[in-house]
Parts: sequence; structure tokens; C-alpha cells
Amino acid sequence: MKTAVVRFPGSNCDLDVFHVLKDVLKLEADLVWHRDFAGEEYDSVVLPGGFSYGDYLRAGTIAAHSPAMEQVRVMAKEGKPVIGICNGFQILIESGLLPGALLRNECLAFVCKWVKVRVETSDTVFTRAIQKGAVLDMPIAHAEGRYVNDPEGLKELDENGQVVFRYVNNQSVPSEDSNPNGSMDCVAGICNEDRNVVGLMPHPERASEPILSPFSNSDGLRILAALRG
Amino acid sequence: MNIPRLEATRLKVNLTFDELIEARKRLGREPNEVELGMIDVMWSEHCSYKSSRRLLQKLPKSGKRVIVGPGYDSGVVDIGDGDVIAFKIESHNHPSAIEPYNGAATGIGGIIRDILCMNCRPIGLLDSLRFGSLDSGHSRWLFNNVVRGIADYGNCTGIPTVSGEIEFDESFETNCIVNVACIGQGRAETLTLGRMDNPGDIIVLVGGATGRDGVHGVTFASRVITEESELDRPAVQIGDPFTKKLVIEATLEALRTGKVTAVKDLGGGGLTCALSEMSSKGGTGVQVDLEKIHVREEGMSPYELLLSESQERILFTVAPEGEEVFKILRKWGLAYSVIGKVTASGRIVAKFRGEVVVDIPSELLTNSPIPRRIARRPKTTREKRAKAQSMSDLSQALCNLLSMPNIACKEYVYRQYDHEVGVRTILKPGDADAAVLRVIGADKAVAVKVDCNSSYCFLDPYNGHALAVAEAARNVVATGAVPIAMTDCCNFGNPEKPEVYWQFKEAIDGMGYMLRGLNIPCVGGNVSFYNEDERTGRAVKPSTAIVMLGLIERLNLVTSMALKRAGESIVLIGKTFRELGGSQYSRLTGNQHSNPPRAVASRERSSIRAVIEAIRGGYVTAAHDCSEGGLAVALAEMAIKGNLGLTVDLGAIPHKASMKPDEVLFSESSARFILTTTEEHAGKLLSLVRGRGVAAAKIGEVSTLDFKVVTENETLICCPIERLRNAWQTAIPELVKVN
Repeated sequence: MKTAVVRFPGSNCDLDVFHVLKDVLKLEADLVWHRDFAGEEYDSVVLPGGFSYGDYLRAGTIAAHSPAMEQVRVMAKEGKPVIGICNGFQILIESGLLPGALLRNECLAFVCKWVKVRVETSDTVFTRAIQKGAVLDMPIAHAEGRYVNDPEGLKELDENGQVVFRYVNNQSVPSEDSNPNGSMDCVAGICNEDRNVVGLMPHPERASEPILSPFSNSDGLRILAALRG
Repeated sequence: MNIPRLEATRLKVNLTFDELIEARKRLGREPNEVELGMIDVMWSEHCSYKSSRRLLQKLPKSGKRVIVGPGYDSGVVDIGDGDVIAFKIESHNHPSAIEPYNGAATGIGGIIRDILCMNCRPIGLLDSLRFGSLDSGHSRWLFNNVVRGIADYGNCTGIPTVSGEIEFDESFETNCIVNVACIGQGRAETLTLGRMDNPGDIIVLVGGATGRDGVHGVTFASRVITEESELDRPAVQIGDPFTKKLVIEATLEALRTGKVTAVKDLGGGGLTCALSEMSSKGGTGVQVDLEKIHVREEGMSPYELLLSESQERILFTVAPEGEEVFKILRKWGLAYSVIGKVTASGRIVAKFRGEVVVDIPSELLTNSPIPRRIARRPKTTREKRAKAQSMSDLSQALCNLLSMPNIACKEYVYRQYDHEVGVRTILKPGDADAAVLRVIGADKAVAVKVDCNSSYCFLDPYNGHALAVAEAARNVVATGAVPIAMTDCCNFGNPEKPEVYWQFKEAIDGMGYMLRGLNIPCVGGNVSFYNEDERTGRAVKPSTAIVMLGLIERLNLVTSMALKRAGESIVLIGKTFRELGGSQYSRLTGNQHSNPPRAVASRERSSIRAVIEAIRGGYVTAAHDCSEGGLAVALAEMAIKGNLGLTVDLGAIPHKASMKPDEVLFSESSARFILTTTEEHAGKLLSLVRGRGVAAAKIGEVSTLDFKVVTENETLICCPIERLRNAWQTAIPELVKVN
């Protein structure tokens, strides 16, 4: 299994993801400049966080129209694992690979804090080793992470089991006070119908080593470990 | 009489009459308009350090870890195994006072480039901010926009904002203080210095296009703020963090080719400053063609091209066969222009439309004459001291202190900063007295903190600045680090006023005293003068932000402030004196206490050494420095962070019998730490510290109940942790909500 970490101008979590894949998970991985990216050379792909193209126009939208995303689209169709973290999630949404929209946080400010997210389904390539209902500690850091969808779309997602992560409180329940950005139904991450494309706002790569976690765990690694294949 | 024909020029210059004569003498002829503009900028206070240069020489600069000391873009220290840390702090006070959002944002932009110039990757940002009271609408506007500017810019560049300090005091109402620090990591063998050593190298201007923004920004920063300052708004540059991110990555990649011989930030003074400083340091000269510069506006004059302070620009010198460098710049989509080459002439020669428009020695620009400044101690009117009033309800007093903006939780601010990116931040904002960043792949970390207390600095600049150095050092020590180097950012009023210059002189002496006492070298610094409001004639309280760098030799030494377990012992290191002058408690009660804490280097040194050894010995489970608000506030912060209670016996705290309980609890005596330790280690810890000649006492225990301070026969404070947390956490959000 070989993983590509695609680097757009303005990506800034690319080195962090690459560090976790190479140094922590000991995976075969490349940091790939978006212009040089050829999907056929890889078994999976990570779209890291950051501010691709400065988030000008709208977060993720310029990258979504880049040739590199055509490659990602093909990989998604082939059933290869695709994960978008934070800005990567925004890019997946903007490119139509995942449904809905990510709008400005309800508080109108950038929010960086550790949150708890509950795994809502084990039926995705990234959560199949995690029990449904497990709660993970990970940090968020974004200004545009409020997930919205129309009522039917949201209902469909829920019914199809495409909601992968929800923000929860200390009692493991989604609630208003556990929702850091005003997302509908406390949605923190979703997947496509084929369950191989996952996008989430929290940063698993920042929660992959116990020394970085206030809770001394490596919850994020449980998600990224799926790239082992 | 030989008066330079200044009247004949249309330009307004800030040069004094004497400086004009001197410039003409050194040049041997009349400077033309462009040259005069260049001299004006380079001899401004901001670029030349003309009022501070001599005094700054008095700070200790050498140490076994110092690789690059003052005089370059940033200081560099050795942290072992060939790893180095570069760090630097700079002020952006004047632009932020006029246009807080862009002023603060571009402050970050500038400091990042200073780290990049050394071939180090920026890994952390810190901010030292001072505003007027949050009760004032103007101050709230400055505060909110400065924070937003830092957040929007810093977050986008992918450099975490890991620590900082914020102080509120009426003296900063018009002139807020915005000091931004950056630390970077690199390798000793690949460091670069911002100097042109090789004639024949190509000079390349990289990044943002040059426009008319920021022309004469530095001369604006070398004046006091007046009613007309609003008109200076065009002198504030506009930042573009996206381009900055590209500049960072492209520069680091280009440096890896080995073909880039030097890199220099284009900040204050623009191209003029970069060309003259780089060539003057290398003993070389330059020949540039101004028409080659990529511009964003039509019809720019040589004067504007040389003095523009447009952001996101950086200057490279490249070895003649450096085509691969250009390939990298193109990959990152960065504009660049080859503008000339390094020469052996020692002169800055600039051509425009085939004509030589500037021909001036580099050294003339970088070596301004030093004006005579007079220092005079201000007359202090001795205020009649009213008898100090005590608050009878000490629980309430503690809650009130916790909700004072200077003490209250700053989460409202650091929530807006990405403090995690880079996966290095082990101790995060609010966890400890300093931020701790690991060195990826090694069993070590660095601790970094910026600190100052302007109240102490105002009451006695010598003592106050010595205290600032000591507190910053204690802050990194409390996380398990050994302080290894510092850099500073001085913020003062108009140095032409003898009273202000006296403050500055005393400040440098006080810092030097404490640095020598603690054996910490100063590896760089920045000075901002003219932080003064012309309308009121009032200068800011003198304040020098001290950035302290500490090295944590093993990751298992990293120590946070949160209480860990009920039943553990609480140990106080150091003595508590009746020292409430300038304290937060005296601000709260309105008392005029006359005694600020006294800075005694030997005392600080012993406390610091004792705590370092105790942490190395594995005896310490939590550590916190005692500062604003004194012992009670420090204990409350540890309790809130750990979500645990405690019981402390006032009688066990070493103090003079004549001191009243509130004086013991809220005095801000220096050289103190609070440690917690397991029952098993308490005895060993006490004997280790006492063995070093430092006072230490077990003053209480951690509990699962309330926060309690008792004496033999009464309870002085009894508060549920939730009440303390509420007072501490809600204060700032409540205050900024008011519009």
C-alpha cells in the first residue's frame, strides 16, 4: 500500500500527515506536489489541511477545480481509500465527492480546541477497525467547518449511515455545548455512498502520538492506521 | 553658511539639521532626492537604532550555546546534536495603533522572514500585547482586531501561535503595544547569514510585487502618534499570508539547493535597507537596475521603488549558476526579478532608465551618526500613602483578582489561534507558564515564553526590567527547562525626552544585571521608541517584552501547572515579603502600596537551580511560577487547571509575623515557585531545595474538595473550584461582549 499526501499551494498540514504516515505508522508514503500527482501510482490518498490557494473565493474551492482532483476522482471511483482532513474535507465537498457544504463557524471566529467525536459507523474504509460508538479525542482548528445540508440530504445521509463522526459531550452524547462550530446534527465527518471517501474537520494527525494529546492517547492514529490496507 | 538645499526638495525628511550636514559631508556632495530619502529612512530610529545602539552593547551576548548573536536577522542558539533554534521578536506598535488588523498581521509577516533568513523553519509564534482598559470602546476595537489579524495571518501560514501575554493598562489606550516573536528550527551546518560576501552573485527579488504601500513606514514608526496619524494609514502595509506561505516553502526549498548564498527580509526600509545592510555586512556593494523590479503599479519612481515596504517580499543572492533556484520559484508560482549583482565597490549603485540615480556608500546608510541623548531621572512627587485597606472577604478578593483582565483566562484569544499545527506543541496555551515544543525525532524539547510587567517597569525601570527577565526565566524553568538564551523588544516613549531616555537606560542596566546573574545571553533585540500620544503628551509605561528560550533535555522532564492527584503535597519555594507595590491586588483595592517586589539575582538563581534539580530528580508533579496576583492566584490557577481542590495553611508559608493574611496571599514577591510532589518524595524535595540554601516549605495538600486557605483557628478562603473557574474564565468574554 502506497499513500500520496497531496500538497497544494497553501496546504499546511501536509508535513504533519506525512510525519505520522512515515515515522509513526512506518507506511510507504510520498509527499506529492499537486501538479505532479498521478493517482495510478498510489493505493490511497490524503488531502491534508491548510489554506489551499489561501482559501480565496471560498475554502477549498480553487483546489477542487485543480487537475489533481481529477486524479482523486478516478481513485475514488476505483474504490481506493480517500481521506480529506479539515481543508481536505472542504476540498472534497467543493469537488462534489462528498455532499453538503461547510460554512463559516457559528461563532464567526477560528476555533482551535480539542473535541470529542463519536464514531457513528464502522462501515467505512477508515473506521472498520473502530467500534461504532467509540469516542475519540482530536483537535479541530478551522474557521469554516459548520456542516450544513438540506433536510432531505441530511436525512438521507443519516439513513445511509454516511455520517461517520459526530461531536459529543463528556457523556458521549451529541449536544449543543459539544458542538464547536454549529454543524447540523453535530456532524464532524461524513463518507460517500461507496464508503471509501471520508472527510472530517478534526485532525487525526495531531492526535496520533500520546505526547501531543492532553489525554495521552493516540486516538487519531486509529483512523490513519486504515491506510495500512 | 553651508545649509543643504533642502528647501529646494519637495520631500519632507525627518533628518535633523546636524544629520543633514553629516550626510553631505560623508557623501562629499549634495545627496539627490532619492539618496536623501534613503538616508532619511536608514537613519531613522527604526532602522538605525541610533538612540539605543550604544546602550544595548551593555547586555551580555556570549555563551557556549550562542551561534549567532545580535546584529543579524535573528539570534541562533545550539540545542545539541547539531540542532539549532533561531528566534527574534519585533514590534509593530505604530501600524497596529492606526490599523490594528493589518498592522498586527504584517508584524507576523516580518518576523517570519527574519527566521527564514537563517535557513530555519518557523515553528512557533508568540505575541506580547498591551492595550488600554477593556472598558474603553477604542481599546476593545484595537484588541479584537489585533487578535483577529494575528489569527488570520498566523493560521494561514501554518505556524502555530503557541504562547503570549496580554496586559491591560490605561497608558496603552492610544498606543497599543504589539510585539510578535517567532522561533524556528534548523541545522547548524546549513545556517545562512543575511550578508553579501561574494561579488558576482545575482540579486533576486522574490515574492510580492512592489507597490506604493508602506513608503516611509519606518519614518512614521519613528514619530509620536498625533491627530494626523490617521493620515498615515497608507503607510501601513497590507499582508497576504497565502503568498507568505509560498515564500516560506519556496525559500526553504531553494536554500536546500546550496545555490542561495544569502536571504534577507524586506521589511522596514524596503529594498534600501536590505541592499545596504547585506552589502555593508559583507564589505561589498551592489549594482541594481530598478526597472527590473516586478511592480504592481504603473509609473513608480526610483524613490518609491527603493523605499516601498510592500509585504511578502524577500531578497536572495544566488550563485551565478543557480538556474535550479529559479525553477523552484516557478514551481511555487512566485514572481521574481533578477535586479542586479553584488559588486566589490562598497557602494549602492542604482540605475533607472539607463541613468544612475543612486550612487552612495553602503556603510554611509547603515552607520548613522549617534545623537546625544540626555538621561534625567523624572521628578517623582511622593504621594502621601493612605493606610492600606484590606478586603475582609478574602474569597471574594480572590475571585475579583481572578476576573481582572490581566489575570483572567485568555482562552478567548488563544482559541482563535491554531496552536497545534506542526505537531510539536506538547504543552499548549494555558497548560503551563511557557509553551513547550518538541524536537521531532529527538528526546528533547524547547520551552518558550514572552513576558513583562509594565507596572513594575514604570515604578522602577531598573528593578522592573530585572524582574521581567527573572519571571520569563522562571516561566520556562517551571516547564522543566533550563533557560539558555533570550531576546527582547523594548517599548518606550520619545527618547529625545530626558526622562524617557533615563527609563531606557535604567531598563537596559536592569536587564543586564539579571541576565548576568542568571548567566543568560541576549542574542538579539528590537527597540520601539515614540510610543507616545501627542495629544496627552503621555508615553506608554516602559515595557520590554522578554522572550526566554529554555531547553528541556529529556521529554520526561516536561512539567505542567495542573494539580495532578489528591493527597499530593504542595511546596512553596522562596520567601514571601510585603511587596504589593504595582501588584494586581493594589490595583483592585486602589491602595498605593509603595514596595514593588525587589529583583535580587542571587535569589532568583538559587530558586531556579533548586527547581531545575528537583524536576530532574523526578520529584515534581506540577510546577507554577508565582507572579501577578501572588500565591493565592497561582494556587487557584493550578486548582482550576487540575479540577482539584486544595487546603493551604497560612501559618506554614514563610513570612514575617507582622504581615496581614491578604498581604501574604497577594504579595507578588519574586523568586518563588509552587511545586506539588507525592507524599513519598516530599521529604527529599524539601531537603534538596533547602540544601541549596533556598527557603522551602510544605504549605498544604491537594484535595478533591474546595479551595481552602486556613489558619490555626479560622478559614480565610473557602471556594468551590467552579466559583473560581467561573470568575477566571468568563471575565474577558464578558468584557469584550459590550459594544
